[in-house]
Amino acid sequence: MNPIPLNRRQYLQWTCGTGIAFLLPTLSARAATLRGQERPASLITLWMGGGPSQLETWDPHPGTSIGGPTQAIDTRVSGLKIAATLPLMAERMDRVSLLRSLVSKEGDHERGTYFVKTGYRPDPTVRHPAIGAVITHQLSTAHLDIPAFVSLGYGEWPGRGGYLGDQYDAFRVVEAGQDVRNLRPRVGEERQQRRLAGLDVVTRAFRQGRAAQADKSLHEDTITRAIHMMTSEQLKAFELEDEPVERRARYGETNFGRGCLVARRLVETGVRAVEVTLPGFDSHANNFETQSLRAAELDVAFSSLLDDLVERDLLESTIVLCIGEFGRTPRINPLDGRDHWPNGFSAVVAGGGLRTGQVLGETDPSGEKTDPVRPIPVQDLYATLLRQLNIDPSLELITPIGRPLALCEGTPIPDLLPDA
Amino acid sequence: MTGRQWHPVLKLSWLLVVVGLFWLVGRTAFPTLHNANRTVERNESAQAVLPVVQVVDKAMRELWEQEGLRPAAPAGELTILRRLSLALHGTVPSLEEIRQFEADTHPDRLPRWIEEMLRDSRFADYFAERLTRVFVGVQREPFLIFRRDLFKSWMSDQLRRNRPYDQMVWEMIAQPGLWTGEPATNFITHGVIDKEPNPAKLTGRTVRAVLGQRIDCAECHNHPFANWKQRDFQGLAAFYGQVKLSPFGVEDDPKRRFRVTDRNTLEEQVIEPAVPFGEDWLTTRETFRQSLADWCINSENRRFSRAAVNRVWGLLFGKAWSEGAPYQVSVDDLPDPEEETSATPLVLDILAEDFVAHGYDLRRLMRVILSTEAFRMDSRAEIEDDQELQRHLDHWAVFPLTRLRPEQVVGAMLQAASIKTIDQNAALITRTVRLLREADFVREYGDLGENELEERSGTVPQALLRMNGKLAAEATEPNPFNATPRLAIASGSPERLLENCYLVTLTRRPLDEERSYFLGLWQETATRPDSRRVQDLQWILFNSPEFSWNH
Repeated sequence: MNPIPLNRRQYLQWTCGTGIAFLLPTLSARAATLRGQERPASLITLWMGGGPSQLETWDPHPGTSIGGPTQAIDTRVSGLKIAATLPLMAERMDRVSLLRSLVSKEGDHERGTYFVKTGYRPDPTVRHPAIGAVITHQLSTAHLDIPAFVSLGYGEWPGRGGYLGDQYDAFRVVEAGQDVRNLRPRVGEERQQRRLAGLDVVTRAFRQGRAAQADKSLHEDTITRAIHMMTSEQLKAFELEDEPVERRARYGETNFGRGCLVARRLVETGVRAVEVTLPGFDSHANNFETQSLRAAELDVAFSSLLDDLVERDLLESTIVLCIGEFGRTPRINPLDGRDHWPNGFSAVVAGGGLRTGQVLGETDPSGEKTDPVRPIPVQDLYATLLRQLNIDPSLELITPIGRPLALCEGTPIPDLLPDA
Repeated sequence: MTGRQWHPVLKLSWLLVVVGLFWLVGRTAFPTLHNANRTVERNESAQAVLPVVQVVDKAMRELWEQEGLRPAAPAGELTILRRLSLALHGTVPSLEEIRQFEADTHPDRLPRWIEEMLRDSRFADYFAERLTRVFVGVQREPFLIFRRDLFKSWMSDQLRRNRPYDQMVWEMIAQPGLWTGEPATNFITHGVIDKEPNPAKLTGRTVRAVLGQRIDCAECHNHPFANWKQRDFQGLAAFYGQVKLSPFGVEDDPKRRFRVTDRNTLEEQVIEPAVPFGEDWLTTRETFRQSLADWCINSENRRFSRAAVNRVWGLLFGKAWSEGAPYQVSVDDLPDPEEETSATPLVLDILAEDFVAHGYDLRRLMRVILSTEAFRMDSRAEIEDDQELQRHLDHWAVFPLTRLRPEQVVGAMLQAASIKTIDQNAALITRTVRLLREADFVREYGDLGENELEERSGTVPQALLRMNGKLAAEATEPNPFNATPRLAIASGSPERLLENCYLVTLTRRPLDEERSYFLGLWQETATRPDSRRVQDLQWILFNSPEFSWNH
């Protein structure tokens, strides 16, 4: 049974009164004051919804039959060229590593998203957790009153908790930087407490004979957590009011830009996993215009995020991953579009102490060979990230169907891990 | 000129408008609570389903015995009334309905109420939305929403007329015509990608929605685990190879064919229609789609009837039959039907056979499922061990707790905020407000999209929305448009007030401990106005687990 939840002030009054305040977890601002490797590590995923075209972003092949009108530009890494749609990122490619040969077997949006978010293919018997949920499950979140896994933007399939439970689902904020909705109680303090006391009585009545089923529903747990959240200072991380206008402008005044800025604030507060969705990459028609528009949004936001993380000494403890559910076909279809292509697509990874300047894998410039050189399964990428976050990817958990499953089936990619 | 002088008739009409408005507001605020019994026709239908219900009950009983399970006690009739109302109308019963139900003293009141509820237009509307999700998904673009709405009202009309399910499906797959004039064609238009109907998308949907299986992954490769091969997928997709959009709407061009590009050779291949099983059911028809439709709905095609039964069971219980033993798979992932042997058939197959034998009558199917013992089990069971409880739930020996769909939560909130039943006869303003609020709330609560039947627990955002959201606040604050003042004024004694609040939200009376707690509290705070008490109590009840779970 849950006790009646108190708000922070009442907690403090009560605990100070009884002299046990030292038992409280260190609160709110602590995580924000730590820097460098001391901080709790986090993962920010920039999710390119709909399937970005590798050819119009990280892996252009200009002047070939598959290249289309997209041009390539030089980057900070000698010999590495990326699409001209990403000029600001070109200046920062020395801070990231690039994977050009990710492979998946899922060419459907929903299944592809499932696979790339979890590292497992959809399976009718068990629902796998998203990598963000795995991280929040494995790393301590005691310092947080706000959710440890947050999804920002218009993502159609935000990361789920899978067999870890819906409490590990990403907390969804569609309009980043706006007031998180429904956080203010509608009545005064005293009345709210009276309501909560009554709720406790009614809840107990329902539990008679249904305790196990009711616990599984997490109903009470969510109410307790909601109340903690409603009274937390950490909510400020969701707001953008105290960010200078210039900085907001640098990220771009788009939902994605604001999302990236909020992601930085969340990570600063100690949130473990954030996904920011940039939707609209599904360019079955009119590929080139669609992709450049999206890439432009990505370029300003991603580059500003990296700059900010460096400036605040947060990049060492924050992995930033830019990825979508699959890439797009080398072949340009008659509608000037590109279709789904799970064989050889790109991702960019930065921070968290991972090696930078690496370029792994390559795709066929003629578009004839389906398989890329050095195909990299998405699982290997996640095993690398987990390892870097000090989580053993091979750790097995017992799923609700009684089958043990590894957190991740891949093996870490040595090229990305820092030198031992 | 005496232009400023109002003509007496004009004056009178203004007066009428004002009086009319007052009357409208007054009626919404203080509806008459007539207690008259609804006239329920004596129905044969309930009797007609008894034999198959008995077969199902017997099969369940045998299974429970075999598994050594202790089935729960039968649930109380008000609990069942709540389940029925949530399953068929998407809301909790109104206080008005509860009173009528309790005043009905016939021993067979439940079957008669099921009949009445199936005939209510709320059933057709609510179920139309469920089935629309299955067949065309949840599309959010304005233009597509318009098409989807047309499809949904077509579906609603089919349900109202109780059109045989096989005919409905046939029409969706095979019908040509304009999407405005022939709303069933919006099944095809929902599968349009880049202005062309996409055979692959339509095939995936057809197999999932119509046959309850998944073939989508065979689009790109032979599935390593399932039986579907890429060739199966392409053969089925080829049935949609003739379909195109023209100024005349959805058309079949006899010269068109489904073509695929070989991934390795990049060569284009023409694919001829072919079915992965049941070749005998194929017919030669004018269009490929008609042949496909015939094949799908062939009475020998057990996948078709099993899929329908499994889905309807799921919508009524909140949990698909396949999610329990022995399959434990989601609603559209049914395994191939087993060979019919002499052994006891699965409940799914008993129901499917009955469904086919009775002309794919959806209402009959619902009547059967709702009359089974399994539907009337209590959700309470004194079983400590988790796995043991799970076994009981898997075999339907204990009624499962399932999270209400967002539409049900909002429907229940709005219904609980009114005393009268919000149905076709409710004031227009009440219904409009309901529609507007429902859309917002559902979006925020987390629309479950197509996969409504996935098992899910509650989340923090939902708790926040229920506790602090606008809808819950408006539904409980004392104003002339909701039940709060009326409950407060009309209930008389505190005991009565408490009871009415419980009935209107939770469809039950308070337990002794609840009664003594709240009455005690009210006595201590005697100066507070009743409307405020009602508001607080409604808030409490809205946030209780009991309110947002089917139990």
